[in-house]
Amino acid sequence: MTPRVVFPNKILPYLLVAPQLAITAIFFYWPASQALYQSMLREDPFGLKSSFVWFANFRKVLADPNYLNSLKVTAIFSVSTAAVAMSVALLLAVMADKVVRSRGLYRTLLIWPYAVAPAIAGMLWLFLFNPSIGSLAYLLRAAGIAWDPLLNGTQAMVLVVAAAAWKQISYNFLFFVAGLQAIPKTLIEAAAIDGAGETKRFWTIVFPLLAPTTFFLLVVNTVYAFFDTFGIIHAVTGGGPGKATETLVYKVYNDGFVNLILGDSAAQSVILMVIVIALTAVQFRYVERKVHYG
Amino acid sequence: MKIHALPAAYGLAFTLLTTSSSFAVTEISWWHAMTGANNEVVEQLSKEFNESQSDYKVVPVFKGTYPETLNAGIAAFRAKQPPHIMQVFDAGTGTMMAAEGAINPVAEVLELGGQPFDKSQYLPGIVSYYSKPDGTMLSFPYNSSSPILYYNKDIFQKAGLDADNPPKTWNEVWDAAKKIKSSGAAPCGFTSTWLTWIHTENFAAWNNYQWGTQENGIAGPNVELTINSEPFVKHFQELADLAKDGTFKYGGRTSEAKQIFLAGECGIFTESSGGLGDVVKSGMNYGTGMLPYDTEPQNTIPGGASLWVFAGKSDEEYKGVAAFFNFLSQTDIQARLHQVSGYLPVTLAAYEKTKADGFYEKNPAREIPIKQMLGKAPTENSKGVRLPNLPQVRDIMNEEYEKMLAGDQTAQQALDNAVQRGNAAIKEASN
Repeated sequence: MTPRVVFPNKILPYLLVAPQLAITAIFFYWPASQALYQSMLREDPFGLKSSFVWFANFRKVLADPNYLNSLKVTAIFSVSTAAVAMSVALLLAVMADKVVRSRGLYRTLLIWPYAVAPAIAGMLWLFLFNPSIGSLAYLLRAAGIAWDPLLNGTQAMVLVVAAAAWKQISYNFLFFVAGLQAIPKTLIEAAAIDGAGETKRFWTIVFPLLAPTTFFLLVVNTVYAFFDTFGIIHAVTGGGPGKATETLVYKVYNDGFVNLILGDSAAQSVILMVIVIALTAVQFRYVERKVHYG
Repeated sequence: MKIHALPAAYGLAFTLLTTSSSFAVTEISWWHAMTGANNEVVEQLSKEFNESQSDYKVVPVFKGTYPETLNAGIAAFRAKQPPHIMQVFDAGTGTMMAAEGAINPVAEVLELGGQPFDKSQYLPGIVSYYSKPDGTMLSFPYNSSSPILYYNKDIFQKAGLDADNPPKTWNEVWDAAKKIKSSGAAPCGFTSTWLTWIHTENFAAWNNYQWGTQENGIAGPNVELTINSEPFVKHFQELADLAKDGTFKYGGRTSEAKQIFLAGECGIFTESSGGLGDVVKSGMNYGTGMLPYDTEPQNTIPGGASLWVFAGKSDEEYKGVAAFFNFLSQTDIQARLHQVSGYLPVTLAAYEKTKADGFYEKNPAREIPIKQMLGKAPTENSKGVRLPNLPQVRDIMNEEYEKMLAGDQTAQQALDNAVQRGNAAIKEASN
């Protein structure tokens, strides 16, 4: 019977949450409302002439084949990045869990890439796979692959997915390692005694018990692929070739900051906000139910 | 902590004293996008100007890349705190020109400063690029460059080509490139930076082909692109065909191809005259020539950046800006800027002085872009190109060119698409 915590002071609780509320209001609600307002304006870059056009910008954006293309690009990019980053991290975590000697060293090395800034990670991959100076590009060509991500859209996509996933593997690895350690050894031992092989033990015991971690990482990775990969795409492909790697976030930047079409750009960021809110809601509401919280 | 507090307090007091003693000086802020050696030039010029007089103080601030600087300026204007001077790249010229009310024409600023602008002293190709249709100069040309041809003499010799005579026409370039490739002298014959600026905008001006209606946008709004005409189709189909077996190698949308040339992968290269420094630094046995043409050269158009003055400042501040621009226009400063940095000189006097100094005999490559721009009086096809959204239209062209070079479409399809999408974007931006 824990006693109910009572705050006799009526003002203190509000005072205590006020900083958090202020931060949310200043850094989220205010800019979001500005974006909403801007998305219904049509104006020149300097704001000298502006007119209120209601939902015309949204209609224009949604009818734009380039926007639909970037929607498709984003879907492919996010799913691939999350899938690669999570499956590789899980594999590495399971392997690292088995290592007995110098386990800490392996872990440290695997966590390392997380400290690299996205733009730096992008440059790193760009240099490795640059068609003219990249050392790995040279090996690919020697193996008979016509490697040219500057003109080949599929290869460009593979390159940005690899760079984005590589950067996120460490983070996922950390959580998977922690998740694996939380699984009681007795369960696995019991299964082993019953004659279950290693693969069977993994799929019937370890994997289901890791579900909460996997679910959490799914949310984090999707949000990461949506928003935090801008630096990588900016450094590696700039959205090209053609529009093969122009994700929604990159298009918001390109239309707003390069092409200076502020209304369209704001409309796109509002749509993006709606997509992410919906995505998160769906994930928490439906996917979470099926997760087994051990 | 206590030990450090005292000097800190002294330091603060000192700063307060020195700043308050300079209250009489009018500060002129200058936002720019120059990095490395070019940034040092900016700092050096500001320092020299500040030491040359005591009424004004120019404060240069680095704001990132060209687009970032433009955005910072726009955001500052919207927040009603713009700098006095902002450096804007060539493609942003149309954006600035469309923003009447946000800027103060340089001609008026100089007028106010008491030293009216004498157009005849400046290089005509550069002045016309930064002027309104009625001839009013809107921005001050700072760093201008023009595309030229570079070639690797060692590769030329290996391929059995004349290393002292670079190809003059595009047909000669294609032939030489094929020979380089087929002889095995280098894995690729030809590469180029900026397919938009060099192979579209300058290709048009240099050959006197029309790029768009309304004198390429210089004469007025409602521009329609005309780059799907026969000469452009022929030129780009040639590039697309050469790209198939790697005789032409694509490097990227801006200056990325420079690395390919510097690595000795390609024998011939078209790039801005401003890229000379890197070629020299690489230690390559290089040669330079005029930008190739089809049959007869007209004149090339400038790239680079110019300095814009924001509206809404006091007369006293504008006088300071005018004094700084007059300082920059001095023959000695211009000649030095040109010789040290490789930018084009803005005034004819600076060009003559450099010539008289015998500088071009030792550095012939520095004179090529000037000769290209001064060659002939500009026609309606060769004054420059101007759109309110040139960066966006260049992006559209790049996307279509990339699809063409990847073999997904022909040159005719690529240029038709570029015209159609470009025109739609121009119409949208002009509303």
